[in-house]
Amino acid sequence: MLRLQDVTKEFRVGALGGGRVTAVDRVSFDVAPGEVVSLIGESGSGKSTIGRMILGLHPMTDGSITFDGRPVRAAKDYYRHVQGIFQDPFSSFNPVFKADRVFAMIKESYHPGVPEEEWDERVRAALGDVRLNPDQVLGKYPHQLSGGQLQRLLIARALLLDIRLLVADEITSMLDASTRIDVLNLLAELKARGLGVLYITHDLSLGTYLAERTVVLRAGNVVEMGLTDRVFGDPLHPYTRELLSAVPRLHEEWADAAAVDTCLYHARGGSGGLLEADPGHFVACARLESC
Amino acid sequence: MSLQVSELRVHYRTLRGEVRALDGMSFDLGDGEILGLVGESGCGKSTLGKSLIRMDGRMRHVGGQVVLDGRELPIADDRRMTGFRFREISLIPQYAMSALNPTRKIRRMVTELLKSRGVTLDAAELGRRMDQVGLPREVLDRYPIELSGGMRQRMVMVVSTLLDPSVLIADEVTSALDVSTQKAVARALLGFRDGGYVKSMIFVTHDIALTRHIADTIMVMYAGKLAEKAPADVIVKAPRHPYTRLLIDSLPEVGVRHAERRLEGIAGSPPSLLDPPAGCRFRDRCPLAGDECAEEPPAAEIAPAHHVACWRA
Amino acid sequence: MSVIQEVAPRERAGVRREALYFAVRNGKLMTGLGIVAALLLLGLLGPLFADVPPNEYGPRPMTPPGGEYWLGTTTFGQDIFAQFVHGLRATFAVGVVGGGIAAVIGMIVGFVAGYLGGIVDEVLTMLTNIILVIPTLAVLLIVNAYLGIRSVAVQGLFIGLTQWPWAARAIRAQTFSLRTREFVDLARMSGSGAGRIILREIAPNMSSYLFMTFILLFGGSVLIASSLDFIGLGPTEGVSLGLMLQNATQWSALQLGMWWWFVPPGAAITAVVGALYVANVGLDEVFNPKLRET
Repeated sequence: MLRLQDVTKEFRVGALGGGRVTAVDRVSFDVAPGEVVSLIGESGSGKSTIGRMILGLHPMTDGSITFDGRPVRAAKDYYRHVQGIFQDPFSSFNPVFKADRVFAMIKESYHPGVPEEEWDERVRAALGDVRLNPDQVLGKYPHQLSGGQLQRLLIARALLLDIRLLVADEITSMLDASTRIDVLNLLAELKARGLGVLYITHDLSLGTYLAERTVVLRAGNVVEMGLTDRVFGDPLHPYTRELLSAVPRLHEEWADAAAVDTCLYHARGGSGGLLEADPGHFVACARLESC
Repeated sequence: MSLQVSELRVHYRTLRGEVRALDGMSFDLGDGEILGLVGESGCGKSTLGKSLIRMDGRMRHVGGQVVLDGRELPIADDRRMTGFRFREISLIPQYAMSALNPTRKIRRMVTELLKSRGVTLDAAELGRRMDQVGLPREVLDRYPIELSGGMRQRMVMVVSTLLDPSVLIADEVTSALDVSTQKAVARALLGFRDGGYVKSMIFVTHDIALTRHIADTIMVMYAGKLAEKAPADVIVKAPRHPYTRLLIDSLPEVGVRHAERRLEGIAGSPPSLLDPPAGCRFRDRCPLAGDECAEEPPAAEIAPAHHVACWRA
Repeated sequence: MSVIQEVAPRERAGVRREALYFAVRNGKLMTGLGIVAALLLLGLLGPLFADVPPNEYGPRPMTPPGGEYWLGTTTFGQDIFAQFVHGLRATFAVGVVGGGIAAVIGMIVGFVAGYLGGIVDEVLTMLTNIILVIPTLAVLLIVNAYLGIRSVAVQGLFIGLTQWPWAARAIRAQTFSLRTREFVDLARMSGSGAGRIILREIAPNMSSYLFMTFILLFGGSVLIASSLDFIGLGPTEGVSLGLMLQNATQWSALQLGMWWWFVPPGAAITAVVGALYVANVGLDEVFNPKLRET
C-alpha cells in the first residue's frame, strides 16, 4: 500500500543555504493494509521527517514514496486515505476555537453535501469508536479536555474519512501512563479493521506492543528492520543492542550493554545497503557473525 | 532524617478559585535516601518540588511545614529562602537548556554564579565532579548551545550541587532525553549521592520504570495526596494501593505484545482539584471502592516503611 | 516534555470571556478608550451644533471664549468651536484611512511572507526593509510638493502607504512561529489551502495583536497628519487640527495672547494619541496574562 524507495532528505543549513545536512538517507520500507509498522529512533534519527514526507508536509530531496503505486502529493484526494496525528495534542488544536471544529473542517472539505443531522450521527458514531462520550467532548475548548481525549478526537476525525493509512508520530509520548495504553489498544482495533499504521516513536516498549514489523533508524539510516520479534528478540546491530539495553525495565536490572564493536557499522560509512540476515530480517552491518 | 514534610498544603490561585495542588502531604526523607516521586500530570508532584525551592507568584502556602536538618524552611518567604537555596537545597530543572545563559561561556557562568553566593570557584573540585559525570573539561570553554541535551543536563547537575546541598530535587531531568543519554544521566545522579555531593535526593518523574533503577523509595501521588510510599522493589513487585497496582499493570514493556497480553489503562480521569470531592480521591476510578471510601483514608504504615492511603489495602 | 503541566493552567475559563473580564476591569484601557470615544462623539455630533461653516469669516474677530462663541474666534472672526469639531472629524478620518490602509498592507505582506516563506518571503522582506529605511517624512514632503494634497482622504492614503513596514515585520514574525504549530498541518491535511489557513487558523490566533497594530498605526497616522498640516503640507481644502495650529502660528496667536486658538487643537491631538497609547498598554495587560494586575 505505502512504499518508500531510497527516500532521502537534505536540509540546507548555514548562511545562504551553503551547507547541507542529510536528515534521511536512502530509506526504504513499506506498510501493508492492516499492519502496524514501528519506526523507532532517537532524536535526530529522521523519524519525524519521514512521517512528514509521507504526509506531504515536507518535500523530499530524492527517492520515491508511493501509495497504491501512485506518487504521494499533498492533495485533497490523498488526505482522504492518509492522515497523520502528532505528538502534542494541545498544539494540534487551534486554541481559539472549540475542539470539535476539526470535524466541521472535514465536513466542509470532504462531505459538504451531507445533511447536518446525518453528519451529527456520523460524528457521534466515530466518537463511540474511539470510546469517547460525545456529550463530554463536543462543544468544549481544547484546554478543557485532556491530552488523551484530544488524541482520540483526532483519531475520530480520521475515521470520518475513508482512512487507510495513519501516520502516528509519537502520539502517546505526552499522555499519562494510565491513558496512553488505551490509545494504543484503540490503534490495535483499527488495525484489525484493515487500517495500516506507521507508528513513530522513541520508546521501544511502546513500539513493540503493537507492531508486526519494526524499523530502527539511526542518524537518518535504517540500521535494522524486520519482524518485531526478530529485531528485538535477536538484535543483530550493535546500535539496536545498545538501545535495548538502555531501556529501563520494570522487573529487570539495568544490564550494561554487551561490549559492542561499533566499528563494523562505521567501517561502512554509516550507510550502504542492508543485508538480509535471515528471511525478512535486514541489518546494516558488514560482518554479522562477529557482532 | 534530612527532610520532614508534614501536612503541606499549597494552592494555586486561578480565575475560578483555588486549585488545591498539594492537599496535606506528609513524608520523610532519610539521609542518603533517593526518593522517586511519581504520578500523572496534575497530581501535584511538580508543585511539591517547586514548593521546596521557590514558589511562583500564583502559589500560596496554605498550611503545614517543612523541616530540613532540624531547621524549618521558610518556604513562603522568597527572600529568606535565598539563604537555603543552592547551599542546603538545590534544584535541577527539567529544561537545562533554559537554565543556562546562552551568551556566556560555561566557565564564566559558573564563576559568576558562585560569586553571587559569595564563594570562590574551586577549579580542581569542579573538574573532579565533571569527571564523575563524564564531562570533558573543554566543556567549560564552550557555549551552552554547543552542548548536547544530555551534556547540558549533566553540566547543570554539577553546577547545582557544587555547594554540597543537603537535598537535591531533580525535576523530570531525564524526560526530554534519549534512552541512552537517560541512562548516563541517571547513573550520574546515583554517583552524586554515593560520592557524598548531595545527602539525599528527590527524583520527580512520570516514568516508574526509570525511577525504580535510581530510587531507594518510591512515593506515588494522586490528585494532590500521597497514595503509596514504599521501598522501590515493593512498589514494583507488591503494590498495595489499587491505583499503584493499576498503574503498574498498564505499563508496556519491551517484549509485551498486544496480541499476547492486552494491557488496560485506568478508566476515568482524576478529579478536579478546584473543588475535590470528599473521601478517597481515587474512589470514582477504583474497582475496589466501597462505602467506607466516602471517608478519606489516612496514610497508614501497613508494613515497615510502607505507607498506603487506602481502606482496602 | 510538558507531560508535567500542572492542573492549574488548564482550569482557566474561556479565553474570550477571560479577556473581556480583564478588559472591563482594566483602568488604562477603559480610560484610554473613554477619552477617544468622547472626542469621537464630539467630532461626530459637534458639527450639528455649530451651524457656521468652519472657515467663514465672522463679524467679531479675536473674541475670547464666551456664550456666543464657545471657544472664541480667530483673527478673521472664524468660529473656533466649529473649526475644532470639523477638525476632529478630519483627524479621525485620517487616522482611520491611514491606519487602516497601513494595517491592511502590513497584514497581507506579513501573513504571505511569514506563511509561504522561501523566495516569496525573501522578496517581500526586502521590499519591507527598503520602505522601512526610506525617511517617510521626506518622501511625503516630496510627494506633496509635486502632487499637492487636496483632501484628507489623499493625505490618509499617502500616510498609509508609508506606514505599513514595521507592522508587516511584526506580523511576519508571529506568523512564522504559528505556522509550525501542528494545527496548521492538520488544516493542510483537511484540504485547506494557504489563503484559508492564514485567514481561518493563523489570523484568529493573533486577533489581539492585530487590533493593537491597528491602534498604534491609527495614533501614528494622526500624529504624522498633524505634523504635515502644521508645516503647511496638509490638505488645501477643509480644516483639520493641524491646520488650525498652523494658522494660529502663522497669525501670531501666541504673541497676541489668543490662547484659545491653539490650545484646543493641540490638546485634542495630544489627548487622542496619548489615550490610544494608554489604551494599548491596557490591551497588552488584558491579553498578556503575565502583565495582569491582580
